Amino acid sequence: MSRLFANRDFALAAIVLALVLLIGARSPVFLSAGSVVGVLTDTSFLFMLTLAQMGIILTRGIDLSVAANVGLVGMVSALASRAHPDAPIILIVVMAIGLGALLGAVNGALISGFSIPPIVVTLGTLSIYRGAIFLIAGGEWLTSKDMTPAFLAFPALNILGVPILIVIAALVSVGFWVLFGHTRIGRALYAVGGNPVAARYCGVDLGRQQFFVHTLAGAVSGLCGFLWVSRYGIAYSDIAQGYELTIIAACVIGGVSIAGGIGSVAGALLGALFLGVVVNALPVINVSPFWQMLISGAVILAAVVVNARGSRREGKIILREARQKAAQGSAA
Amino acid sequence: MPAPILDLTHVSKSFPGVRALEDVGFSLSPGEVTALIGENGAGKSTIVKILTGIYTPDEGGIRIGDQTVTFASPRGAWAAGIAAIHQETVMFDDLSVAENIFMGHMPTGAFGRVDWSAMNERSRALLQRLEADFAADAKLGTLGVAQKHLVEIARALSHDARIIIMDEPTSALSAREIGDLFAIVAQLKAQGCAILFISHKFDEIFEIADRWVCLRDGRKVGEGAVADVTSDDLVKLMVGRDVGDIFPKRSPRFGATVLEAKDLSNATEFDGLSFALREGEIIGFYGLVGAGRSEAMQCLFGLSAPTRGAILIDGAHVNIGSPRDAIAARIAYVPEDRQVQGAVLPFSIRANTTLASLAAHAAGGFLARDKELATTRRLGGELSVKAASWEQQAGQLSGGNQQKVVIAKWLAADPRILILDEPTKGIDIGSKAAVHEIIGALADKGMAILLVSSELPEVMGMSDQIVVMNEGRVAKRFARAEATPEAVVAAALGEGARA
Repeated sequence: MSRLFANRDFALAAIVLALVLLIGARSPVFLSAGSVVGVLTDTSFLFMLTLAQMGIILTRGIDLSVAANVGLVGMVSALASRAHPDAPIILIVVMAIGLGALLGAVNGALISGFSIPPIVVTLGTLSIYRGAIFLIAGGEWLTSKDMTPAFLAFPALNILGVPILIVIAALVSVGFWVLFGHTRIGRALYAVGGNPVAARYCGVDLGRQQFFVHTLAGAVSGLCGFLWVSRYGIAYSDIAQGYELTIIAACVIGGVSIAGGIGSVAGALLGALFLGVVVNALPVINVSPFWQMLISGAVILAAVVVNARGSRREGKIILREARQKAAQGSAA
Repeated sequence: MPAPILDLTHVSKSFPGVRALEDVGFSLSPGEVTALIGENGAGKSTIVKILTGIYTPDEGGIRIGDQTVTFASPRGAWAAGIAAIHQETVMFDDLSVAENIFMGHMPTGAFGRVDWSAMNERSRALLQRLEADFAADAKLGTLGVAQKHLVEIARALSHDARIIIMDEPTSALSAREIGDLFAIVAQLKAQGCAILFISHKFDEIFEIADRWVCLRDGRKVGEGAVADVTSDDLVKLMVGRDVGDIFPKRSPRFGATVLEAKDLSNATEFDGLSFALREGEIIGFYGLVGAGRSEAMQCLFGLSAPTRGAILIDGAHVNIGSPRDAIAARIAYVPEDRQVQGAVLPFSIRANTTLASLAAHAAGGFLARDKELATTRRLGGELSVKAASWEQQAGQLSGGNQQKVVIAKWLAADPRILILDEPTKGIDIGSKAAVHEIIGALADKGMAILLVSSELPEVMGMSDQIVVMNEGRVAKRFARAEATPEAVVAAALGEGARA
């Protein structure tokens, strides 16, 4: 939990690396710097959203409304850009994060205030947020013609040659790494997921943590909503449709336990990277998108099997010799 | 001595890297109760699992009559006439009593349809035989723990079981219910059943068992007739050493009154609880399970709100609305159920130890790992937690060590008032003595302690005052000197009840 990498993460990293090398062997262009940067840029949304979702899953929850939040905030950002072409881009970014956080806070308030299971609340808000996109835009599609040049130029910016999307994703990741591993809030998230009753006895309140993670996930979704629409230059009611499942899949592949309380930032990032590589690489070697889905699905199941085996209880250490052996093993 | 009905011969069982049983053998005879004793982790559960077909032994076997049998599944054990009644009842609360009795072997009619009338009829007959006071079509969830045990026994009888394993059947029962259970055991004995009785409580073993078998570290270390041994002998065998005086000698020096409860009441659980607890003092709360002791402690800790009465700390009224408030008032609560309420099992020992005192181990919201480790090292050392490292997961520790980690967690919160709810429940004798030592040392250092325990020797051995509760009310109070086991138990049973 606290270490940057668990053993499992090394295995996943090795698999991702092997996959990249395998594809590189078939099609060397995939290993070029430009291609690697492209994959990372494409996957940056998934990195951020997977970590946001991980926080929720740690508390034994799940948020199905994340992608709808991305879509709704994306549409609002595009509409705002069209209505106020002169507004500084930073203002739109702040608005997007704030609106996303608000949508997440609605989830959090319903979940903690009424003790409704997160899956039920977010299933409801998923539909509401999705429906709202259509309503506020009147069913209209906004394309790059409707957006200001500054709006569209934002994702193309780079810092010291690194695309801004990767920089943002990296900053967000570091933020989550600090939050989960090095703050009281992070410890509380793991605690309520690991044992909600014991956490309550220690004065750590489940509802408070739920409200916090859902609001945080909303803020990250809002940021991604703006970035998504500005990057692809199009906003419509189906933006990021179904993406919530990809995000959850990345968490599962990355070893975040759906039962709560277990997961590492490195693992979740690797889970997202794996899916990013699969989606980006398979077309390079002419594999159809249907195979991609099939592979993702198979990997999710494989990951679950690996996790189930890993968490299986070891035999009790009863005999004195075995205890001594265990003590020596751990001392070595 | 009648011919044995079941022989366990040279049974060994290994798990990856661990030998849980080594060359264990004993016999069960019809009409006899055999007590299987041993510290936690001695291999008793493995024996039960082998006899009920959950594990298959690596070596050795089970002979029933003159046939050697191996069980591939629990079904095989049933067919051979072996049934087990478990510590915690594993049944279906939302189904009827009859459905629970016949789960897995319901009588069927044409096309595999469940024959409800036959099932209910046979259930009624079984319940009648056990003199049960509930109906076969009652929902199981509406029954009490003792009644559920009856259902389990009925289930065993429905298999025509001749060998009945009782795995700590009394751990959740009150004294009166235990009496009822023992009456049933006597009845089963008279009907020629062989009973394997597993219990930590020696008084029960001496009351009910005919023979005993003792395990230690996966090996059999002795067996014999209960009539020929004393509890001291058995303790020595179990732990393989002299335990000596189980309870630490204390020289209490009381300070000022820290915690006072005045007429503390809750609408349904407890009524009119008053006491005054001084620095360095241990007040023991004794009573039957369900006497309202834990509920009162939970109220003191802010987990529930009192409907009447007051809590005073240092003579001033306080309002404790949540565990957070209680922790701020420097109250700590070591709860009864370690697995559910105490330890976060996936957490390391370090993360568990600091969970109730994160503020003291953080600066501006950021955790200070070195502070965490220092606290863990200090308390882990003081309580002699045995672990490979402080980063080891709590879930990998033994019950006794988990309990020490939970105690460490609350000591890390720097409390003045420590509430201990069944602190030694389900841990082995060696760890128990260590926990008692710790409690005594804390009190000597001035900690004010409330000790809830259902173990009479523990309450009598540790407490300066004893408050006995019965059905939510204080039945009697004793000073340490004037308490006798008979008087305390009589008070716990309530006036007019059998003593």
